[in-house]
Formats: sequence, structure tokens, C-alpha cells
Amino acid sequence: MNWILLFEQALNGLQLGTTLFLMAAGLTLVFGIMNLVNLAHGSLYMIGAYLMVAAVQWTGSYPLSILLALLGTLAVGMLVEVIALRTLYERDHLDQVLATFGLILFFNELVAIIWGRTALFTALPPYLQGHIEIVPGSIFPLYRLVVIFVGLAVAAGLWYVVARTRLGMLVRAGASNRTMVAALGVNIRLLYTIVFGFGAALAGLAGLMAGPIYAVQPGMGELILIQVFVVIVIGGIGSIRGALVGALVVGMVDTMGRAFLKPLLGHFISPPAAEAAGPALASMLIYLLMAVVLALRPAGLFPAKSG
Amino acid sequence: MRARTLILGVCVLLLLLVPLLATWIGQTYYIDLVRRVMIFAIAAVSLNLILGYGGLVSFGHAAYLGVGGYSVGILAFYGIHNGWLQWGVAILASALVALAIGAISVRTRGIYFIMITLAFTQMLYYLGISVEEYGGDDGMRLKVKSQFSGLVDLADPVTFYYVVLVLLLSCMYFVHRLVGSRFGMVLRAAKSNEARSRAIGFSPYPYHLAAFVIAGAMCGLAGALLANHTAYIAPAFMDWTRSGEIMFMVILGGMATTPGPALGAFALLVVEDLLAGWTQHWQVILGPLLVLCVLFFKRGLAGLLPGSKDG
Repeated sequence: MNWILLFEQALNGLQLGTTLFLMAAGLTLVFGIMNLVNLAHGSLYMIGAYLMVAAVQWTGSYPLSILLALLGTLAVGMLVEVIALRTLYERDHLDQVLATFGLILFFNELVAIIWGRTALFTALPPYLQGHIEIVPGSIFPLYRLVVIFVGLAVAAGLWYVVARTRLGMLVRAGASNRTMVAALGVNIRLLYTIVFGFGAALAGLAGLMAGPIYAVQPGMGELILIQVFVVIVIGGIGSIRGALVGALVVGMVDTMGRAFLKPLLGHFISPPAAEAAGPALASMLIYLLMAVVLALRPAGLFPAKSG
Repeated sequence: MRARTLILGVCVLLLLLVPLLATWIGQTYYIDLVRRVMIFAIAAVSLNLILGYGGLVSFGHAAYLGVGGYSVGILAFYGIHNGWLQWGVAILASALVALAIGAISVRTRGIYFIMITLAFTQMLYYLGISVEEYGGDDGMRLKVKSQFSGLVDLADPVTFYYVVLVLLLSCMYFVHRLVGSRFGMVLRAAKSNEARSRAIGFSPYPYHLAAFVIAGAMCGLAGALLANHTAYIAPAFMDWTRSGEIMFMVILGGMATTPGPALGAFALLVVEDLLAGWTQHWQVILGPLLVLCVLFFKRGLAGLLPGSKDG
């Protein structure tokens, strides 16, 4: 076994995991608090990535663009919440799924009209380019390390906000009993809009950071959205801790599977068979993992307390 | 009730006359369009059994279109063109896949069920992409349509049209009878109140699972038809937006009604066809249209028919 390769792939897995976590945190918050299934969460990720590309072209400044893209996604998220999603909170999941499915079609096509269907790539500023030698003999792209760092920092920040601040207290209270919180004089509609916008900004952050790594194109949101579903189903829907654990597990399993499953299979079955079965099995691995977790724990690893 | 029967009778009559009318005005394209619509109507009818009557919100129904399609395609790839065998394998394989997916997902409820069915379909989609032997991402062509020992010739568009029509009507009749049977009553009881149906001694799990398998098998047949219709099989059959579309057909037409899914399939695909002929960015119109339908048109098209019950 090549230990340096293993180490590099572990970092790649961590990077995918943190990106998944940023998405899963917003989705699971919105579900846990508003009881809303938002398929359009992937669209917010895509919007974040596109706004970043546009802002970099417009301002030329990377930090300013990050701010603009985040605020832009926040605004789009709040706008969507006020116009379309607010009326869906009382509806059943089926209606929510269909309505947000309609939103996905709309946003994908809107993006295609504005920026075209071809994939865009963003150039990184010079200070984020290049590689860094973490352990002797292993170099790793600096940018991916930054993504990991930002993801983990956001995870810590999110824990602090939810567990230690007044806003977080309201959020937790709203999740367990909406009517009671409203009766105590809290503007629950405003709280919901804020939480939704916050989740949208997290998705936007994931999207703008993913831009330079993956291609920015219409439909990019749905590729990650379905992986995020796997994450929160494994972690337990509505639980941020579950989202973190699920994201890291899924990120790691997916990356490791793609890197090592083929050579590993080669030890047991004939190389041509491994050549064929390896990639197929690797792309199915996280779904199989989900099936196993559900067979053992139907409500995920960290079931949220409120029903 | 009689006005309703009359309207539906006229609809069936119109469907019977489509090939004649289309040939008469020299637009055989419409035979193709309506045939495609009817194939999706079969898929929607099968989804209605679990979604409308069973309350199982499956967001992965396109999986069985893919399994059915690939069953036909893979057999044809190895030179087996016997339609009885191909379609039989398509139905059986879809039933088996539905059994495997259902055994895990039917134990869960609500949002979990939605996400799990979606995720499993996505898994099959990636499986289709990664198997290079059968065309991978690009899919594969079906060079010879299914052969039915000289009995019917699917290469003839009109014959194929009537085969699909007969199958659609049979499926609708079958589901209609099924939900009226004891099995269907347990299914509907579990949907309206699971705790009470448990209390009178019916555990919903086997009923849900059986309905899930029947729906999968029926949709597998639609997949076999679709493969013959397009003469082409690709992972795109199983694209998750496909599942969303089938689901929307059921809602648009009216859940838990016999004619609903077929009406929904017609409405959605014809609107899609019209919009696509008008602008390439038709989805930017269709998307908000979906949202509006969900918000304001809950009873569906079947609810507009005279004599329909509430709920």
C-alpha cells in the first residue's frame, strides 16, 4: 500500500466531505425547523458558483467577489422563500418536492439563458494557487486545503451559533414547537426567512468554493444534491451533528472507493473483471452504504429528537 | 357519473382514431407523439398505484423504465429478439429490482422514503453510465425491435400504436380493479390511517411492498415499450428529472383516480411539446407552471370531470 497516496486521497475525501457538509447543514436545518423538503437547495449552490464567476469577472477582486456571491445567494434564497416556499410549509412533502422540482427546472434554464450551457472555469488568485508539501514527498493543492479549513471553521461556527447564541436558541425552540415560540412573541415568519437565507448562503459558499474545482454549469447543483441527500439520510434528518458525520463519511467513502476499489478488487478477481466492476461499484458505494445504515438504523445515525 | 363515463369514452374513441386522423392530415408525427405519451401514461398509472392509493411518495420511478429498457436492450445485444422473452424479462427484472429497493425503503416513511427511492435510482443511473459494455453514458441502439413470432409487427408505427393503446387501457383497468379489491382496500386504509389499520390487524408493510413491486413491474413494461419506441436505450431513461416528471403527471392528472395519470401524461407532454416548439428555453416557463399547479390546482384534471368525488 502506498501511504502517501492514501494520505492524499484522505485529504481529498475530507475536502469533498466539508463541501457536502456545507450543503447538508443548510438542508437539514431547513428541514428540521421548517419541515420543508427543499430540492432547490442544489440550485442555490449553482447560483453561488455562477455569481462568483460573474463577480470575479466584474470586480477582479477575489475577496470582494466572495462577499458579493454570498450576499447574492442570501438574497436569492430569501426572495425564493418569501415568494414561493413560505406557502409550502403547511403542505405535505409531496407538494414541497414537486414545487421545488419546478424551481430547479426554472433556475437551471435561467442560468443557461444568462451564462450559456457550456461549463465555465474560474481562475484562482495567485496566492491560492500552487501546492504545498504537508508530509515529505506529498504535495497537495493549497486551494483544497483552504476549502477544508473553511468548511471545518464553518462547522465550528455553526455549532457555536446554534448551541450558544440567542438566535440559535430561537432556532432550536422553533424546531421543537413552532406555535409556542410564536405565542412567546417571536416573529416566526421572519425567523424562518432568516434561517432559510442562512442555509442558502451556506449552499452558496459551498458552490463558490467548488467552482474552481469542478465545472460550473447548469445542473451542477443536482449532482451534489443527491449525494447530500445520502449524507443527511445517513446522518439523520434534522441533525447538524449527523450532517457533519454523514458528510465526512460519505466524502471519505466516495473518494477512497474511486481511488482504491479497482486495485483492491484486482487482488480477488481477474484484472479485466476488476477493470469493469471497479468503477461501477465505486460509483454505487455511497448508496450501498446508505442502504446498510438504513437497514440497521432506519432513522439515521443521529436521529433528531423532535418528530 | 354518466357524463363522466361519456367524456372518458370520447377520449378513448379519439385515441383509437389518432392514427387515422394523423394519416389523413398527413402528419404521422402525431402517431409518434401520442404513442410516446401513452407509454409514459403507463408509467404514471403504475406510479399512481403506490403514490395515489398507497401514499408512498416514490421519487425513483424512472428506475424501472431503465431496468425495463435495458432488459430489452441487453437481450437484443446478445441477439435475442423474441419479444415475449424480452418483455417478460423486462417485467420480471423490474419486479426484482423493485423488491430489493422496496424491502429497504418501504420500512421508512415520509421524507426518508422520498430521498431513499431517489438515491437508489441515482445508483442505477450511475451503474448504467459506468458499464461500458452496454454503451456507458451514450447508451446503445436497439437495431431490431422486439419480435412477436410474426403475430404483430412493431416496426409498423400504427400496429405499435395500437399495441401501446391496448396495454395502457389494460393497465388502467388492472389498477382500477386492484384498488377496488380487498388488497386495494387495505392499501387505501393504510394510507388514510396507518394506526387504525394496524389496530384491526393489517400490518401495512407486506401490502406496501407488494404494491411497490407491482408498480415496478408495470413500469418495467413501459420501459420495454419505450426502448422499442425510441429504438435506443441510455442511462438518461433513469434520470431523476424523469422520475419527477412521472410524479408530476400523476399530480397534474389527479392522484388516486383511474383516468388521472393518463390525463396528466397527456397534458404535461403535450404542453412540453408545444413549449419546446416555441422556444428552446421552455423549462423556464414549465418550472413556474409546475409550482403554480402544485399551489393552486390540487385536485388535478380528473377533479374537473363531472361526477368526481372530493378527496
